[in-house]
This record gives sequence, C-alpha cells and structure tokens, in this order.
Amino acid sequence: MANTKEVRKQIASIKGTQKITSAMEMVAASKMKKTQDNMLKGRPYSLKIKDVIAHIASANSEYPHPFYEERSAKKACFIVVSSDKGLCGGLNINLFKQVIAKSAELHEQGVESCFALIGSKAPGFFKSIGGQVVAVAEKLGDKPNPEDLIGLTKVVLDMHKNGDIDQAYLCSNSFVNTMTQQPNVDQLIPLAPAEKDDSISTQWDYIYEPEAKELLDGLLTRYIESLVYQAVVENNACEQAAKMIAMKSATDNAGDLIKELELLYNNVRQAAITQELSEIVGGAAAV
Amino acid sequence: MSTIKINIVSSNEEIYSGEATMVYATGSLGELGIAPGHTPLLTGLAAGPVRVQNGTEEEAFFCSGGFLEIQPDLVTVLSDTAERADSLDEAEAIKAKESAEQDLANKDATLDYAKASAQLAEAVARLKTIQKLRKNQ
Repeated sequence: MANTKEVRKQIASIKGTQKITSAMEMVAASKMKKTQDNMLKGRPYSLKIKDVIAHIASANSEYPHPFYEERSAKKACFIVVSSDKGLCGGLNINLFKQVIAKSAELHEQGVESCFALIGSKAPGFFKSIGGQVVAVAEKLGDKPNPEDLIGLTKVVLDMHKNGDIDQAYLCSNSFVNTMTQQPNVDQLIPLAPAEKDDSISTQWDYIYEPEAKELLDGLLTRYIESLVYQAVVENNACEQAAKMIAMKSATDNAGDLIKELELLYNNVRQAAITQELSEIVGGAAAV
Repeated sequence: MSTIKINIVSSNEEIYSGEATMVYATGSLGELGIAPGHTPLLTGLAAGPVRVQNGTEEEAFFCSGGFLEIQPDLVTVLSDTAERADSLDEAEAIKAKESAEQDLANKDATLDYAKASAQLAEAVARLKTIQKLRKNQ
C-alpha cells in the first residue's frame, strides 16, 4: 500500500501542473481575442484587392497573366502554415495529414512536391520525413507582419515564373469557431478565374500607368501575398483557440486526478490510524 | 456637390473609408487629382501622401507605395505596409531560402510517404488515446 507521504507529494506536483495549465489557458483566451481582431482587420484588403481584380477581369484587358494559366503539372509547391509553439492539440498534425494525403495523391499522378513552410512546427516535421523544402519563415510571433512573408512568397512565385513548379497550394487551418478548426488545402496557382463584375458595362478598359503588364504583375503578387498573410493570421487565431481548449481539458484532467489521489490519500491515512489503534488495543490486551 | 467613394486599405488594417469631393495622390508617374466621374484608371502609387477632401474638410494619409484603382464612382487605394523594391524583395527571398537550408540540411529530397504516414498515424493514435481516456474519466 502506498504511503501517505508519497501520495501527498504526488498531489502537490499535480497541483503545480494544474496551476501552469490553467494560467496557459487564460493567456491563450486573452490572446485569442487579439488574434481574432487581427484576422478581421486584414479582411478589407483582401476584399478590395479581389474587387479590383474582378474589375480588371471585366475590362477588355488583352494581357493574360501566367498565374491563371493551366500548365500540365510536373511539380507542385505546398505553402504550409503551422504554429510556432506546441501544446495546441491536434492542430498541426491534422493539417500535415491533409498535406501528405494531397501530396501522395499528386505523387500517383506523377507530380512531385516541394514545400515552403511557415511557423516552427512544420520544418521539424517535414525534415523528419525528407521532403524538399524551398523556403522557411518562422518565429513570426502573435502579430505577424505582412513583410515577413514577402520573401517566402517570392521564392514560390519565382519558381513558378521559372517553370520549376506548375502549381501551388496553400495549406492552413481555417477558423470555424472556438471549438472547431478546419484544416484546408487550397489551390493557389493557377488562380481560380476572377469573377467578372457585371455591374460594370463591358466596353471599356483602364488607362494603365505605366504598363498593364507591370501593374497586373504587381497586383496579382500582392493578391497572393495577401492570401498567404490572411492564412497566417487565421492560423494564429486557430492556434490560440486550440491551445485554450487543450489547456482547459488538461486543467480539468488534473482536477480529476487530484480528486482520485485525495480519496486514495484519505484511505491510506484512515488505514494507518486503524492499524495503530488495533496495535494499541492489542498491546493493552496483552498486558 | 457630387462625391466619390474612397477606400484606403493596407494588408493588416482598413485605414479610411468614406466619401470625398476630391482626392489627391502621388501616382508612380506623377501627381493625380481625382474628381467624381474620373475615367477608369489603374496605376502604381509612389511613396507620398494621399489627401482626401470632403467639402472644406481635408484628411491626409501617408502611403509608402501600393496601387490605386479609379472607377467613375469609386477610388480604391491598396497601400503597402512596407517599402517595396525589387532589391529588398530579393533580399527577403534569399533570407527565406537560407533559413530553409539552415533548418534542414537534407540528405535526400525524396518524400518518404511511408514514414510520413507512419508518423502521422502514431500522432493521431496518441491523440485518440488521450480523447478516449478523457471520455472514460
């Protein structure tokens, strides 16, 4: 039978852990609000740039952009958004699972894969399985700057321009609600054809200053950057939500364990007292 | 007096949204004055102020660059959050590549699907066990 001292020690240590996990839960809850705000703040830009691109699509522009061009695919690049820190349940693992499934599916069609990774968790995983990694951006913090992602996006777009890759996928978690995060693998390049804005009559074109090609290049690059940035801030919100849930259940579990151990402790203590009493009684009877 | 709708956004926030009687901006080819009913125009923005006039009121915003789209009833300013130049972008790209190389000095670049799925299966199994334990308690 366990002795009381041992059980007491165990209870104390679990209580310590519980304090930590409940503190982490509260930190995650307060960060979640901020990351959600960040997520919402970025939306107007993506919506506006989408509008502008829709306007361009409905204008009589002659220049077809390579980002819309369907090539026969030989190689694809996955931009994978992961969290910087762990302790957030199955958030990263569930995403990686989808990425690998998609990559295996492409592999069967003869399409090779390479990876551009965001966040500290992804490089560790893709290193261990030996994927070809072309770019990494990590330690972006809770409030990522759009400019931290420029380099990574440029690497991928340059590879597309040079014909090294024919497709690009953006893999990240989307924030459904606090309890649910949905891992997604979306095709980034070729871009889905822009929806035409029917409210504008068709017989017109912009005045381009300077050249149409230059402007469209710049705009579409910004558009893809904004999609990647949105994915990162959304993934951040997911991370904090997942962390909050994981830490909440850890705290609850610690509570359950403590209850069980306290019951055991009382049992052991009572048994010791009973034993002592019976020894005294037995001793007195012998005298 | 007729007005034109103006939206100024950057990738991490909405800067301004409202009506204006006149908008002044620094395009990549020179100063622009935009009145309601302007012909459709698409241009790059140079670093400089964007001034929004509504009647006698005027507000000014600094843009470090970006794009400007004009429709007869709508002006959209897509502002960059940072200085952008090809050389700077290139430097960022090199940084991203370097950190990839630093992080993973890969021996072989062939993706090991069997290993990946084994690792994932293990992680998922671990999660499932934890969930089951949780339910049983």
